[in-house]
Amino acid sequence: MKTYDLSSASLRELNQSLHDVDPTISEREWRIVSPNGAHNIACGLDADISVDIEGHAGYYCAGMNQKASVTVHGNVGVGVAENMMSGVVRVKGDASQSAGATAHGGLLIIEGNAAARCGISMKGVSIVVKGDIGPMSAFMGQAGCLVVCGDAGEALGDSLYEAHLYVKGHVASLGADCIEKEMRPKHVEELGALLRQAGLDEDPAAFRRYGSARELYNFKVDNASAY
Amino acid sequence: MTDQTVNPSLRESATFGRDVIAEIQRAAETGIYDIRGGGAKRKVPHFDDLLFLGASMSRYPLEGYREKCGTDVVLGTRFARKPVVIDTPVTIAGMSFGSLSAQAKEALGRGATEVGTSTTTGDGGMTPEERGQSSRLVYQYLPSRYGMNPDDLRKADAIEVVLGQGAKPGGGGMLLGQKISDRVAQMRTLPKGIDQRSACRHPDWTGPDDLAIKIAELREITDWQVPIYIKVGATRTYYDVKLAVKAGADVVVLDGMQGGTAATQDVFIEHVGIPTMAAIPQAAQALQEMGVHREGVQLIVSGGIRNGADVAKAIALGADAVAIGTAALIALGDNHSRFEEEYRRIGSAAGFYDDYQEGKCPAGISTQDPTLSKRLDPVAGGRRLANYIRVLTLEAQTLARACGKSHLHHLEPEDLVALTVEAAAMARVPLAGTSWIPGHCPPA
Repeated sequence: MKTYDLSSASLRELNQSLHDVDPTISEREWRIVSPNGAHNIACGLDADISVDIEGHAGYYCAGMNQKASVTVHGNVGVGVAENMMSGVVRVKGDASQSAGATAHGGLLIIEGNAAARCGISMKGVSIVVKGDIGPMSAFMGQAGCLVVCGDAGEALGDSLYEAHLYVKGHVASLGADCIEKEMRPKHVEELGALLRQAGLDEDPAAFRRYGSARELYNFKVDNASAY
Repeated sequence: MTDQTVNPSLRESATFGRDVIAEIQRAAETGIYDIRGGGAKRKVPHFDDLLFLGASMSRYPLEGYREKCGTDVVLGTRFARKPVVIDTPVTIAGMSFGSLSAQAKEALGRGATEVGTSTTTGDGGMTPEERGQSSRLVYQYLPSRYGMNPDDLRKADAIEVVLGQGAKPGGGGMLLGQKISDRVAQMRTLPKGIDQRSACRHPDWTGPDDLAIKIAELREITDWQVPIYIKVGATRTYYDVKLAVKAGADVVVLDGMQGGTAATQDVFIEHVGIPTMAAIPQAAQALQEMGVHREGVQLIVSGGIRNGADVAKAIALGADAVAIGTAALIALGDNHSRFEEEYRRIGSAAGFYDDYQEGKCPAGISTQDPTLSKRLDPVAGGRRLANYIRVLTLEAQTLARACGKSHLHHLEPEDLVALTVEAAAMARVPLAGTSWIPGHCPPA
């Protein structure tokens, strides 16, 4: 295992080393200590490696991740795993706003709570939150799944496209064009698989599904009050 | 009223003209605001209101055909390891695949490459055709992040973080359902045929301090190789430019209200933002005060650039380079009179067509219709664009030499005077024949 101490090594040095990794010849397990809330830790990874961050991370941790498995043993700042393409990012603590923003793929697991705009403009990522999520989550969500084991804040799924939303707890309110939908067997199966991947022992039948009513897909003047 | 077919005793209202009446009636019938493409059509103070002071006794001109006048520009000298070097100060502004056909994007790339300049992606991601034909490609990073991925990010020669555009500062993108083809839908991860309204704010940062961290992230992901531009629509330009520099921009792209769009509300295009000419001095002042004007942060100006005089005037006011969008499409064939009959068939006319959002462009440029798109030959279109940019460059050189400048960047506000009080105040140059700059020094 390769260890980087961010109290002595620079972030640039760390990220360059992670970008230069060749998994066929390089160390595949990395450990980062003393992150001290630094921004942009382990962003732009593109290799099948495992990275453990021992502490809190700042903004955009694991941003645009591809292939790598990143675990943060602490809390993260704004935009964890933003625009992730593939791989797995696991946050042991809480996540600030815009977790998984615009992410196209991969799996983001937040074991604590996530703040506002979790999954904003999500484009195919799967996000599983063990705790609660803040307001305006999944805003303009295009594709992928957002699973919430706790409660969801106001305006969930506002202006939603085709993302699937599953919430076990209370939903403060639904956003424009977001409605509750029937939980069919294929959705139970999809949700169950995600919960298993996230390592959460939850019953899919206890969740409710939300999705787009598709009423705002094309502008109609009669819907003007929804905008 | 100038129409001779009506009774000359009839008087048309200056307030409720026929175009106003038509719009009121259209609004009453449909209940929907007017959406169109292009930039502001109203007359605003512009570069035509400025003149160069050619050399005579007090200045020494350069020989037009014998003495060199440099046109090269290096963009991104502040932090990037690989700045973008262009041979002419005329670049191609960001326009999306989706709003434009793949053929048009390819033609823009071909034309730009032929003359050694850069072209820019748009809302919707990078196409292989565009990357393949563009020797210098700027990748736009927009609020929607449609098609955004780190592989394309690393293929780019520069990254342009878009905060706004001159046609609609404060507004997001718009691509109506008729232009969301299978390929566009796939690139944007959206259902085919929906009206796509992209966000006006970035999803994961909310202010200049956050933006500084975002830019640092983009630099980390690209290993600090390529320049990062910040594009703003011209509004509170002085402050926006200062904040962009503080946030870490290598290049500031400033788009005035005459800048075009693929689609937005007409009320937005005509009533938000300030003219390009008024914005440049504000930007130059901000850069000068921060000690980075032509010394670290470059300024690219767009919005209503039509000829070499506009290029030279923009540079004289403080720009390092310009970007063209509407003019580039016209060079490809947009609004060409050879399509007159077809323009009329869709309720428009050559010289007036602006319904880019409908996807019915007879020239095959602002469309996703495969039959229409085929009308544009990317090779021939690229050649036309290259010719046009060469003319702009030659014209700008002509004016610079007349002012005694051996490089376009040697042009300065002192070379200009204004024809109107408004232009003098906005451009911060004297009214012609006086030393009066309204708002800046007392009349002589």
